[in-house]
Amino acid sequence: MTEPILLTSAQVASFVARGFLRFDAAVPADINAQFMAEAGRAPEPVEGGRFFDVQASVMASSRIPEVPAGTPLSEAYPPGSALARLLDLPRVKGAIRSLLGEAPVFDHHFLHVTYPPRFHAAAAHENVSQHTHQDSTVDPRPQAFDVQMMYYPHAVTRAMGGTRFIPGTHLRKVSEVALGRYQNMVGQQHMVCDAGTLLFLHHGIWHGGGVNLSDDTRYMFKVRMHASGSQKRQWDLSDLPQRNAQRPIFFVKTPPERGSVETILTTPEPWFEQDTGRLEYVNRVKLWRYLADDPAYDADYWLTRLEHA
Amino acid sequence: MTLRQKVLVLYLKNSALDSPVLGWAVYDGTGETLHMAGDADAPPYATGLAALRDGWRLIQASQLLPHARGEELDLSYLKYEFFFEQLVEVGP
Repeated sequence: MTEPILLTSAQVASFVARGFLRFDAAVPADINAQFMAEAGRAPEPVEGGRFFDVQASVMASSRIPEVPAGTPLSEAYPPGSALARLLDLPRVKGAIRSLLGEAPVFDHHFLHVTYPPRFHAAAAHENVSQHTHQDSTVDPRPQAFDVQMMYYPHAVTRAMGGTRFIPGTHLRKVSEVALGRYQNMVGQQHMVCDAGTLLFLHHGIWHGGGVNLSDDTRYMFKVRMHASGSQKRQWDLSDLPQRNAQRPIFFVKTPPERGSVETILTTPEPWFEQDTGRLEYVNRVKLWRYLADDPAYDADYWLTRLEHA
Repeated sequence: MTLRQKVLVLYLKNSALDSPVLGWAVYDGTGETLHMAGDADAPPYATGLAALRDGWRLIQASQLLPHARGEELDLSYLKYEFFFEQLVEVGP
């Protein structure tokens, strides 16, 4: 057992604003190697074979356990397994604790394997990227959120088509792949990373798997988890100001303070529409109020302006 | 003469056709090109008007709808969607 390294207020504010936190090469090489040995391997394709059979072979050879939904996350993986060791890393424990509170609950996991062109050619299967989508189904919860941890156990190049996601889309209420028509958005990111990189995502973020145009099979492991209790004030609060003072807005002569919660919550994404970008700020402030347990909090008067009588 | 349709979908910064492109999709009915999610990080045109000037025909624009009472702050799909087409001759 290790002590968690909790997130800072700025990190949590960034998660509220952008819907993700990225930790590059956070998992040591020995755990990555152990995971790859346990995950299951894809056999080389057979000409005329069925594409489904390849994925079935991966599943059949995998030593990652089937885990019932609703299992305490701490009981999901056998002690000593790569995933148990990964979840015990101080930074991983701290990120999960900071976002979900104590005793998080396992929802589901999946090994996403993205195959290079020869696999698709052998099975006469079209090699295309995954449509952009939001996971699960339309989620009417106003503030509470689940976390999806994406684990990249080996280095991912651009040609391998790592996960594509659009920062800041997580607060929009949409229905899974109904938005599949949005092929590209300005500001989209593709996961190009070192081995052992972790991406913690708000469940609502728009994302999809990229097309693999390399010669190598790509593996990514996802774990979805949710809170069992309060998500409020679970991070390292030592850098959290007691009460934010409103600052001058619009007519300002100096740049905003970098790294403050207010600046983070009011920094736009490149894809923001002119009018609804302001509503994004409103919804970020609402989520921050919830997490900070501070119903009077505001950033740059966006909600106060709508609330005073 | 056989015609095939190319479709361009642009998502703009506001309802004005000359506002910047924020998102896009291309579907090529000729089969000459295949476009897919994540295949480009820069938009094909700076604005909707630039697409018009390049020969794309506007065939549909999203409506401006009033906000439902009580849901004024809720966000969902992108608002400013414009469909364009080109009709292209293909071989016999």
